[in-house]
Amino acid sequence: MNEEVFKFSLNCPLPITDYKHVSLAHGGGGSLSKNLIQKIFYPQFENEILLAEGDSAILNGGSKKIAFTTDSYVVNPIFFPGGNIGELAVNGTVNDLAVSGAEPRYISAAFILEEGFPIDELWEIVLSMKEAAKKAGVTIVTGDTKVVDKGKGDKVFINTAGIGFQRDGIDIAPENIRVGDKVIINGNIAEHGIAIMASREGLNFKSPIKSDTAALNGLIQEALDFTNEIHMMRDPTRGGLASSLNEIAEKGGKKILIYEDKLPLAPEAAAACELLGLDPLYLANEGKALFFVGAEQAEGVLQTMRKNPLGKNARIIGEVVEGGASVVMKTKIGSSRIVDMISGEQLPRIC
Amino acid sequence: MKYVDEFRDPVAAKNLQRKIKELCTKQWSIMEICGGQTHSILKNGIHELLPEEINLIHGPGCPVCVTPVEMIDKAVEIAGREDVIFTSFGDMLRVPGSQKDLLSVKSEGGDVRMVYSPLDAVKIAANNPEKKVVFFAIGFETTAPANAMAVLEAERKGLQNFSILCSQVLVPPAIKALMNSKDVNIQGFLAAGHVCTVMGYWEYVPLAEEFRIPIVVTGFEPVDILEGVYRCVKQLEEGTYFVENQYSRVVTKEGNKAAQALLQKVFRKTDMKWRGMGVIPESGLKLKEEYSDFDAEMVFSTDDIFADEPEICIVGEILKGVKKPIECPAFQKECTPEHPLGAAMVSSEGACSAYFHYFRN
Repeated sequence: MNEEVFKFSLNCPLPITDYKHVSLAHGGGGSLSKNLIQKIFYPQFENEILLAEGDSAILNGGSKKIAFTTDSYVVNPIFFPGGNIGELAVNGTVNDLAVSGAEPRYISAAFILEEGFPIDELWEIVLSMKEAAKKAGVTIVTGDTKVVDKGKGDKVFINTAGIGFQRDGIDIAPENIRVGDKVIINGNIAEHGIAIMASREGLNFKSPIKSDTAALNGLIQEALDFTNEIHMMRDPTRGGLASSLNEIAEKGGKKILIYEDKLPLAPEAAAACELLGLDPLYLANEGKALFFVGAEQAEGVLQTMRKNPLGKNARIIGEVVEGGASVVMKTKIGSSRIVDMISGEQLPRIC
Repeated sequence: MKYVDEFRDPVAAKNLQRKIKELCTKQWSIMEICGGQTHSILKNGIHELLPEEINLIHGPGCPVCVTPVEMIDKAVEIAGREDVIFTSFGDMLRVPGSQKDLLSVKSEGGDVRMVYSPLDAVKIAANNPEKKVVFFAIGFETTAPANAMAVLEAERKGLQNFSILCSQVLVPPAIKALMNSKDVNIQGFLAAGHVCTVMGYWEYVPLAEEFRIPIVVTGFEPVDILEGVYRCVKQLEEGTYFVENQYSRVVTKEGNKAAQALLQKVFRKTDMKWRGMGVIPESGLKLKEEYSDFDAEMVFSTDDIFADEPEICIVGEILKGVKKPIECPAFQKECTPEHPLGAAMVSSEGACSAYFHYFRN
């Protein structure tokens, strides 16, 4: 999957040569702001709705139900193995729409830039957003830029909101999961979390693991084309698999059983977790979704997913069973234990 | 993963489970000293695989849990100073002092940083000559050599802005204190594999003889622990009491001589206060006088900081194995991982936290 991620380089000509860094004036609303928008954002995100330059983007509605979501991205570092904050901001919002059963269409992008932020890094982020939007088939139709004093922000924060149109005839909700449903995940877990952890300053640790950031709307569409028997989907981002499963079990009032020996985990990721004392169940994913599928359709959904590069390592990792709202794991050695919500962030252990 | 998967093998685990069941004719109480083992036992559901006759007692071997409140208060005091960069292993950051934890100091503007190695803290000191850089040097014999190395490295680099807040503790004196205390009922020990990797197990031979108790040096994977329990039960059933080495793929009787030499060069033994257990003679390590320039307690004169533990918390009895976390009146009520009253609820190695996550109903 990672080989297919578009690789950017700084060979693209920099449009603003006078300013190498973002200045407060870039957020002042005057000609420099306009310059930044017209030279960087417009040419890359180019589309009729955006270029109409209205105070709002005017969208075609249609008769379908609308899905609407928003998310802010403050990842540190902003460039990490396998991606950057820009494509994460597009993919994350696309995925939030897609797992709700919607077809993602329009994205907004608001940037909070710290004074002094290198323009070439902004350029690189914008290019990757353009490419991510193209891949996901969404249009960036409106946006905003603000600049804060040096020290008042941290390089760049991005907020994206997304609008999608709900697919007919499906109902995705945690309350819909049923005893017997199989739980499918479309590939290896914990990779975004490990990639971020390994690239943080001060951690003397190198890992070959790359972030799994990807837009899942195509894969999800293929699964939904195959069957209407998908009762619930969720992208297990922050808090990882364990937190998403717990949210679903609690809302759905059902017991979810997962099998430790079925969890897809790359050997390098397993090794990194062992070394750092982290539990992969709680590490973030950015290109994964959980699917709760009626038992009879599960194998078919699995085979459909495996044809897509983003689902080639898809697995059935568990099922919904009789019992009160909880998540339980059958361990490799044959015992079982509770898989709990995490409180706060995982802290690496001393020894 | 090699050297891990073999020790999580379900067939090997089943075999050991069967052998323990066949062997066991009486009630036996066995203490795993180390918090890493407690975590593994609950995470892997090993307690479920053992016959009812075997009572595993979770010992005081979690460095986060036994660090006294006043050391945390000292850390909080130092970390709050403007001229300080305070560095620590991750799971110390949320341990509550009498007022607050290190994460709160960070949110109030203190420069508190998580590091994976004390040597990283030395690098931070070298890169920030205008700041005083302090590393929170806690732990058992396992972390002590790296902390000694950090002091020597800072000395070699001529750094005058690096110091450690030292709360190092030692396992054998704690075993002795436990066995001498009236209210404990421990018949066998699983000794901590990684501590013995550094120290060897020669120190445990006289303990096994003095207290007529089997001690099995044990690793951390499920099959390691089951085998440790098996060997311990076998000795108990046969009435023998010697030191056995289950973790022989890593541990030798002599241990790591180079690491031991480092400890002797830099540290001296001292009486040390343990959270929940009080002062245990000769159970801690402090820097020798010639290294006192690297001793944060000297540099920042923190001698006047004292603190008591919250009254409701029964961490002392838990660490001595007299009570289980679920017998604590505060467990899962006033005391949760979000609002820990005692340190055993904070670290993932702490018995209370392990119970909260894996064993709760």
